[in-house]
Amino acid sequence: MIVLSNWLPTLLGKHSLVVLLEKNSLITALFLVGAILLVSSLMSRKLTGGRIHPSAIAIFIGLALAYVGGITTGGAHGLADVSLLAGIGVLGGSMFRDLAIVATAFGVRLQEFTATGFSGIISLVLGIFVSFLIGGLVAYGFGYRDAESITTIGAGAATYIVGPVTGSALDVSSEVIALSVAAGLVKSILVMTLTPFVAKWIGLDNPRSALIFGGLMGTTSGVAAGLAATDAKLVPYGAMTATFYTGLGCLLGPSLIYMIVQSIV
Amino acid sequence: MVIYGTALLAFCMLVGLVAGQLLGMLLGVGKNVGGVGIAMLLLIVLSDWLRRRDRLPTPTQQGVLFWSSIYIPIVVAMAASQNVVKAASGGWLALVAGVTTVLACLALVPVLSRLGTGGKDNSESQSGAKE
Repeated sequence: MIVLSNWLPTLLGKHSLVVLLEKNSLITALFLVGAILLVSSLMSRKLTGGRIHPSAIAIFIGLALAYVGGITTGGAHGLADVSLLAGIGVLGGSMFRDLAIVATAFGVRLQEFTATGFSGIISLVLGIFVSFLIGGLVAYGFGYRDAESITTIGAGAATYIVGPVTGSALDVSSEVIALSVAAGLVKSILVMTLTPFVAKWIGLDNPRSALIFGGLMGTTSGVAAGLAATDAKLVPYGAMTATFYTGLGCLLGPSLIYMIVQSIV
Repeated sequence: MVIYGTALLAFCMLVGLVAGQLLGMLLGVGKNVGGVGIAMLLLIVLSDWLRRRDRLPTPTQQGVLFWSSIYIPIVVAMAASQNVVKAASGGWLALVAGVTTVLACLALVPVLSRLGTGGKDNSESQSGAKE
């Protein structure tokens, strides 16, 4: 008894327990994500009668937790800034995400990709130009008149990586870059949450439309999560084109598209 | 062995990322251009080749399949580490730009899918000719 009363407080004491979980943060993250998925599949069955896909609910819970994490820590990585849950950032970081995306291609037939290759390329180019056009128009509507700011905000409407890359190439103010990142984040979050609900309307139920969807949307995180919540079989097709989008956007933004905007303004 | 599959996956990803980086440098962008996409194509080609030569036993496949089945949990973790607060604090401009872009691009999906079927007649006859 004496021994027990000696080590029990040390083990359960907040300090050592927190240290233990921090040290094993990736394991803590695996457990937490498993718990989120369990809760969301229960919610899907009990609350929506299976109509809303468990992954969609899980992604939404993830985003909500990211908001809470961001508010409480003031950091930029959502829940991953809570030191106890730093593993969430590792598990959800680009390293594991890209590995898992590549793995989804396993077992896909090559013909399915090559047959849709052409529409994939068209969707990529169109997706980039439409995003720049609409983002630029909105920037103009909000009173921005210089070609640099308009292009940067348009780039943000492409993805939250194209935005700052274009913005720093064109030497715009940090305020405009922040706006472009915010626009890209709004886009990515919307694609994550909206896709399963509009999938039926836009015919997103076959490899070809998924490939086009990935090219038009471009945000890898948005496409990856949106398709996962719609139909996991479509993920490799959409992710495939989406991974070309950011690089292409960074190429076209500060060059061709900037020149076009400059000639119009 | 299971690790053979995971190592195959890792090999494809590394080759893809290197190729994407080189492509990015070649194009003069600081970014990786399509590295993950190239890796996916490589995995498709290599696994197809191995399967035809009967060099892809079940344990090897499991080494890849584990990672594709852990995909959704990883995406949930990714969602949980997004900068949602910043997205919400971008004000009306960010919101309007994000929403209108997403709606416009979503509306284009069926348009392009239909165009794709029109244009697909060509690509189909081309691939048909190859076969």
